Order: sequence, then C-alpha cells, then structure tokens
Amino acid sequence: MRFAYFTYLLAAFVFLKSFALAFEIEDNKYYEVEKNEQILRIISTADIEAFEPIILAFQKEFQTIAIDYVVASSSQTMEAIYNENGKFDLVISSAMDLQTKLANDGLAQTYKSLETEKLPIWAQWRNQVYGFTHEPAVMVISKKEYGNLPLPKTRDQFVELLRRNSEKFIGRIGTYDVSQSGLGYLFATQDSRNTDSFWRLIEMIGRLDVELYCCSGSMIEDVSSGRLVLAYNVLGSYAENSLKKFPGLKIISFDDFSTIMMRTALIPMAAKRPDLSGKMIDFLLQLHSKPDLVALSGLQPITRHNLLDDKRTRPIRLGPGLLVFLDKLRKENFLRNWESSISQE
Amino acid sequence: MRLLVKNGSIQRRLAVQLSLVAGILSFGLFMLIQVVAETAAVDTQDKILRASAISIADSLYAENGKVRLELPYAALSMLGTISQDRVFYRVLFKEKTLTGYDDLPVQAVEMLERKNKFSTFQYRGEEVRSVLIKRSIAVDGVFSDAIIIVAQTRLGLNVISQKITRTATTMGVLFFLFGTGLSVWAAHVALNPLNRIAQAVTQRGPKDLRPVTGNSPSELKPLVDALNSFILRLKSSALRTEDFISEAAHRVRTPLATVRTQAEVIHRSLDKSKNKTALRDMIRALDESSRSAGQLLDHAMVNFRSDQFSPSEINLLDILKEVCNRLSPLAGLKDITINNEFQEDNCLFRGDAILLHNAIRNILDNAIKYSPDDSIITVKCHWSKKIIVSFEDAGRGFSGNEYTKRFTRGTNVGDVIGSGLGLTIANEVAIVHGGFVLISKNKKGVGSCVSLILPTF
Repeated sequence: MRFAYFTYLLAAFVFLKSFALAFEIEDNKYYEVEKNEQILRIISTADIEAFEPIILAFQKEFQTIAIDYVVASSSQTMEAIYNENGKFDLVISSAMDLQTKLANDGLAQTYKSLETEKLPIWAQWRNQVYGFTHEPAVMVISKKEYGNLPLPKTRDQFVELLRRNSEKFIGRIGTYDVSQSGLGYLFATQDSRNTDSFWRLIEMIGRLDVELYCCSGSMIEDVSSGRLVLAYNVLGSYAENSLKKFPGLKIISFDDFSTIMMRTALIPMAAKRPDLSGKMIDFLLQLHSKPDLVALSGLQPITRHNLLDDKRTRPIRLGPGLLVFLDKLRKENFLRNWESSISQE
Repeated sequence: MRLLVKNGSIQRRLAVQLSLVAGILSFGLFMLIQVVAETAAVDTQDKILRASAISIADSLYAENGKVRLELPYAALSMLGTISQDRVFYRVLFKEKTLTGYDDLPVQAVEMLERKNKFSTFQYRGEEVRSVLIKRSIAVDGVFSDAIIIVAQTRLGLNVISQKITRTATTMGVLFFLFGTGLSVWAAHVALNPLNRIAQAVTQRGPKDLRPVTGNSPSELKPLVDALNSFILRLKSSALRTEDFISEAAHRVRTPLATVRTQAEVIHRSLDKSKNKTALRDMIRALDESSRSAGQLLDHAMVNFRSDQFSPSEINLLDILKEVCNRLSPLAGLKDITINNEFQEDNCLFRGDAILLHNAIRNILDNAIKYSPDDSIITVKCHWSKKIIVSFEDAGRGFSGNEYTKRFTRGTNVGDVIGSGLGLTIANEVAIVHGGFVLISKNKKGVGSCVSLILPTF
C-alpha cells in the first residue's frame, strides 16, 4: 500500500468544521493524484476507514481524478444537499429513506450507463438512486461476556432470554439512538413494520437500561472491549470487518427475518462534475467483479440473486414507501413511542 | 393518385379506393385504441391515487383535542408498485398544513363540490396527477374539514402510453395491410362477372350471334342489354344480307330457266353451225349461272340451318345413295359412272339430314363437273374412329396451295365458271357437325379426292 502511504502524506486538507458550514461534518480527507486535473467531491455516511480501499482502487483505475471525501451523518448529509448548492458531486449514504426523499423531491440527477442497465430492478429507483451494496442488520455479542447462554433464534426468543437473565444484561445492551442516527431510525422502523415483537423488545431493553449509540463502529468497539454484552441492529458489514480485529466477537442473525439495507449512491442535481460521479457509480456497481476489494472493504456487493436466495432476508425496498416514516407526524409518533418505551421508569 | 387510375383499370381504381378506406379505418382504429387504452391507464392511476388518499383519510384521528395522523405505509408504497414515479402528499386541517409537502397546491374549493376531484398540473418541474379528498373530523365535538391531496408524476403513464402507441401502431399497420389485401381481392372478385362475360363473348365462333345469357349482376345489365341489342341488329343485318342473296338467286333462276328453254328452242331451229356454236356457248353460260344461283341458295340455307342446328339420328348411307341416284342422270350426260363402295348397310350418325344432303350433293356435283367425259367417280364410306366419306375422281385436281384456298367463297379452278361455293358449303356443314373437309390427291393416279370427315358420337 505504498500508494496509500503517499496519499496519506499528501492528504492536505482536513477541514473539520473549520468552515462556517450549514451542516456538520465528521471527517474529511483529500485524496490527491499526481496529475491533479479534476476533483470528485463525495459526501458519504461511510467512515473513511471503511471506504478508503474503494477510493484507492478507483484512483488506481482513474489516475487523474482527485477525490475529496467528506463524512457526515445521514441527516447532515441530507441537510448538505438541500442547502449547499453544488458543493458535492456524489452522495453515498446508508439512509435509503433520505436518499429516496432527495430523489423524490427532485434533488437527484438521472444517470444511465451499461452498468446501471445490468442492475436488478429492485436495486435502483428512477435511475437516480443506485444501490451498490446490501448489508444486513445483525446482533453482535461478546463471546466472553455472553457466556454459555443459549443463542436466540428469533426476536421472541431474544425477548424471553433478556427477561430471564435480566440481571446479566442491565446496562450492557447497546443499540442505535434512533433520534440521532438515520440508519438506526431506518432499521427500527423496518423492524416495527416486520414484527409485532419489536415494541416488546424495545420495552424490554428499555427496562434493562439500554445504552444508545450514534454509530455501529462505537457499538462494536464497546462490545469487543467487554463494556457491552451485546448490541442490537448493528451494520453487518462493519461487524464482519471487525471480526479480524476483535476475535472475541460473534455475529448473530435472527431466523424470523433480518433487515437488509442497501448502501446507495446518487448524483445531486447541482453536481458540477456528474461525469466523474457517473464513473464512480459504475465503479461501485462493478464491485461484485472485484472479490479482493470486497474482502478488503467488507462491503457485500449487489448481485442479481443473492437477496432472493434467503427467505429470512427482508430487503428494504426503494420507493415511495420509504417516505412514510419520514412523514413529520409519523416520525414524531414513532420517536415518541420509542422514547416512552425506552425510558420508562 | 391520378397516375394510378389514369389508364382506367376499374380493378386498380377499386383497389386503390378500398385501400384508402382501409387506411382511414386503420387510422380510426389506431386513434380508438390510443384513446381507450390511455383513458384506461389514466383511470388506473386515478384509482390508485384515490385509494391512497382514502387510506390516509382513514388514518386521521383526534386525540387530546388535536388531529393526529399515522400515515399508513401502504398509502405511499402502493403508489410505487406500478411505476417509479415521484409521490407527493399534503394533509390540511382547518386550512393549515398538518403534514406533507406544504407547497403542494390546494385546488379551488369548488373542486370539492365537483364530481371529478382529479387534476393535472405542474409541480416541482414535472407534470403531476393529483387527487383531493375531504374528510370531516370531530375535535372536541366540533366537526372540521381535513383535506388530503395525493399527487404522483406521470412517468409511468408516459411509459404505458408509449407502449400503447407502439401496440396501436402495429395494430393499425396490420389492419391496413389486411384491409389492402382484402381490397385487392374484393376488387378482383367484384370484376369477375365482367371478365366472365368478356370471356364468353371472346370464345364465341365467328358466326355465333346468339344473345349473351347467364346471370349477370344488375349493374352489368345495361351493358349486357346493349351488347345483346347490338348482336341482334348484327344478326338481322346478316340475315337480311342472306335473304337478299337467296331472294336474288331465286329471282334470277326462274328467268334464267325461261331464257335457257327459249335458247334451246332457237338452237334446234337454227341451221348455221356458226350461230349454233354461239348459242351452245350461251346455253352453257346459262347453265353455269343457274348452278351458281342454286349454290347461293344452298349456301343461304346452310347458314340458316347452321344457326339453328338441331341434329337427329340419321343413316348417312341413305343420304349418299339418294344423292348418287339423283345425280346419276347428270353424270350420264358426260358418260361418267358413279361407283359406290360402302362398308356396311348402315352408317348411323347424329346430324342434320338436309345439311348433309346439301354438302354431299355439292361435293359430288363438283366432282362430276370437273371430271373428264367417260370416267369413273368412286364414292366410299367407311368408319372406324371417324366417319370418312370420300369422293375420288379423275379430274384435273388441285395444285399446291389451292388445297386450302378452295374453301374460300368465290374462288374457282382456272377457267371454270361458277360461284366456287360448292366446297365452302361442304366445309361449313362439316364444321357444324364437328368435322372438316380434306382435299388430297387421288392415290390411284390422276384426279383428286375430297373427303368429308365427321366424328362418331
């Protein structure tokens, strides 16, 4: 990774809130190239660490494209596209609902290429939102802390397990703070749609004094450090990646269903270099033909069949249905219910 | 257009006109499919929009003095099932936006009173179809109106209408091709009676002057009638000519006979051989004229009977024998012997006895006339597949190309005076009976052989 080393050295600008922006960014990195002719500006919800292999592989193929990679939360990303005219050429986000809303509100450009034509119909919307990975929501447990309790197969069994062993789990369960994290909200709302046991589960973990997190990364860290016994609704791709680093982790998928999220890319209407964005989208859609990159990034690429193989998977469908939980009243209701379930005394 | 019909083919004209009609009908069909199908497509979208709006209205409820809404997942997801169209909605209560896109226009209130609550307008850069419904909600016992608007872009509709246009075009073109094919066929069939009549008239023999009969369409009646009246006039004109000739011949024959008798009387009373020779020549010329007049009469009679040909069962040998008997005195004048060589006693044949009598008499008369004195004429009759009646003489015969010319009216052998009608009459009779007359050289040496060849039935 000599190239990566150089780029680290050359990564000149880390803005980190240094500008007076209308939105908050979490991280920023500039990937320079020797012939710096054109810049592709990406705003993404994916951590730099997770996405860097892809950027470097992309730059190996397109050696004249510099990339400015900005990391922000999904809601801030949304904010950025609504308010910042033309600052970004590509939005990569795990919040499918917000991406759908951007397209529905007319803030996305239509893009078509040979690669997008090959994509299965359910993995794109309006030729504007393109899914390029599918990532399940999983539960992560710490093998050591969990002990030899039976592993739950369904959410009902999970609730039952928590009820029976409540003293062991008090204060040691983590999950997304749905009021903070767009992805957490997406997972929670899909859960609520798919099973009746969702609210019982939330009540139960609320009673067990659940710890709330902004991101999958910190949840996984806390599980591996032993601070948490388990974390519910963690991004599978991150968990998979962490297994190498933290061998004490174990990933659990439920048998009743597992929500599958697609990481999506779209080109904002105001993008200045939609041609470069198109190249990146094509590159992302070719991910399935680059197994080494898949292994490196831990991102599961979309292929034509893999979601239909398994009856347990519930892929989140792109489309106007995703707008429902973004409805102001519906969201207020959901968050109110969620908070009252979580913070009951 | 004008070029196509210029040379006046009715069939082509008919085909072109019918094709034009087919074209107009095809276009009509195209428009019909287009309109019906697009109405159906719009209707489908309208129904889904309406269902969506109703499901939103149904999930409105009042709680703690406030109107609340639990937007159903299906309300929006159902709109995404048939197309990837953008979806907008807005819910208002007491004219204040409760949720949704607050810039989505509320149509005039009178829209609510109308039956049709759908409208199409531009929103966020695209054409949208929207539905607006009203629902009364009681808050603290007081009813107020909530208005629900659901709108969707028409991308899917455009895709459908493109598909419909393609289908309609295909149908239209196929219909047109089919229609054109039918037109050509119909034009052909419609003109069949005309072709049939034309063919019937073309195939007629030169003397067939019967009127055109058979079923002809009423449109062709005037044409057929005109043709028939023309044929009738032609026929009467021909008849008149024949009548005139026979009348003339008849009128001439009687005075000729009188003149001949007188000349004979004078010839007997004359002494001077010089005058006698002159008178002899005159009598011979009178004989010829009389014979020609007879032939003309025969010819007229043959023509008449040919037109109304009605055959009956006859014995050919009887006719032959009778003719031979009648002409033997004439042959006797020149010391000519007539030999009969008949195969059997009977030769049954279906034909017109008078016509055949005429024909045989003329052939034999010819043979006697051209035979030298003191010679033999052999009359044969034999049959196998065909009946062959032949007359062999020892006359001068015919030379080369004369064999065919013989049948033409008014030609004659060299210096012999006469109408030259004998063989013409025989030939016409033969043709009426489906046979012909053959002239060949006498196999036995000098002279010729005239054969009347008739088919057996």
